[in-house]
Amino acid sequence: MSSIRVLVGTRKGAFILTSDEKRTDWQVSGPHFAGWEIYHINGSPSDPNRLYASQSSGWFGQVIQRSDDGGQTWNPVGNQFAYEGETGTHQWYDGTQHPWGFTRVWNLQPSLSDPDTVYAGVEDAALFKSTDGGHSWQELPGLRSAKGHLWQPGAGGMCLHTILLDPSNPDRIYVAISAAGAFRTDDGGRTWLPINKGLKSDYELPDPDADVGHCVHNLAMHPARPGVLFMQKHWDVMRSDDAGGLWREVSGNLPSDFGFPIAVHAHEPETVYVVPIKSDSEHYPPEGKLRVYRSRGGSEQWEALTNGLPQKDCYVNILRSAMAVDKLDSCGIYFGTTGGQVYVSPDSGDHWMPIVHDLPAVLSVEVQTLP
Amino acid sequence: MIRVVIPHHLRLLANVGSEVAIQVEEPVTQRAILDALEMRYPMLRGTIRNHQTKERRPFIRFFACGEDWSHEAPDTPLPEAVANGQDVFRIVGAMAGG
Repeated sequence: MSSIRVLVGTRKGAFILTSDEKRTDWQVSGPHFAGWEIYHINGSPSDPNRLYASQSSGWFGQVIQRSDDGGQTWNPVGNQFAYEGETGTHQWYDGTQHPWGFTRVWNLQPSLSDPDTVYAGVEDAALFKSTDGGHSWQELPGLRSAKGHLWQPGAGGMCLHTILLDPSNPDRIYVAISAAGAFRTDDGGRTWLPINKGLKSDYELPDPDADVGHCVHNLAMHPARPGVLFMQKHWDVMRSDDAGGLWREVSGNLPSDFGFPIAVHAHEPETVYVVPIKSDSEHYPPEGKLRVYRSRGGSEQWEALTNGLPQKDCYVNILRSAMAVDKLDSCGIYFGTTGGQVYVSPDSGDHWMPIVHDLPAVLSVEVQTLP
Repeated sequence: MIRVVIPHHLRLLANVGSEVAIQVEEPVTQRAILDALEMRYPMLRGTIRNHQTKERRPFIRFFACGEDWSHEAPDTPLPEAVANGQDVFRIVGAMAGG
């Protein structure tokens, strides 16, 4: 019988939620690293018991933790993230150039085939790689050569928050950066292309069609269709059918096209999920109703999924890394809120229930489907 | 032995109690204590001072004999009471927030 392990990063520690495949009876482990911010906790696809966690603090900086037993025990590994070569500068809020400086790791993405290889997306935006299980980290500096001097921080910091590894091509990686845009490498990270054609950022950028500078909030891909990408941008839900070569808007009838996370159904590459948020100035669900929206069959029509979710007086936010899916036959959808709830739908979004109500604000959710 | 008190979050990280005892070569200075502490507990590297520059992190403070030594030069000898283990060297997470 399969089981599910949900890896939850919060403002005050990590939590691990486990269940059998029914997904109705959950055990909660944690807080791990109590009091520390856990921006991301993620498992290796090739060795599910190998977990990596990004532990950080405004006081004590960055720590990377590693578990080799599915999160029962942890050991700190390397936490030195040194930019390669001359550090360089990026654009600051006043238009001047500002030196790059490391703050924290936002995203950890283990290799699809080697548990000792893991990528780290950091603030100020850069991509690092470890090939020794997290003990040492080397930057892939070609990314910052993709017009890095024009990148500028968004309100959440200039963070590299999304890393997608192409299962059909080990040399192809996609990343997304706030507020620089989306980028792709086809040579294992040596050189990178901005992939932002078709994104429109009216009133946000002097040139709304600029190569870089777009505020991408999250990217998603289905492993069987790695050339098809979905994007939740600051405003607009977007789709690309050519690996980011050109984007088109698919926001359709959403009540708001602002939001943070986006996810794809595990078995239906054309079924996509978003959680609309009212606006960038209010950061909570429209009308106080927590609704996940689902688009099926590649359409621009979205249906509200509300069964089991609060439909009045709900003013939480759902952050960019806080939604994920499992791989069971009846695909489970999961998301966490800034109010400390983690919800699960074991039937592709038709019915929802809270796994936990009262965690610290949830920063990230990842799901492992265990044999 | 030099007695060092470290903040709660770093105790969890290093899996130690509130006070640790470490051997430090004379002269006993902030730099000598931090070098010895990081040698004994490598997971603390980067959490108290910058990996490369060895500068104190902004919200970390150092106290010896009730005095704030945070802005003293790292190679200034610490008071005799710290050097002989009578008093502790305190690493403090600054009260910062709102």
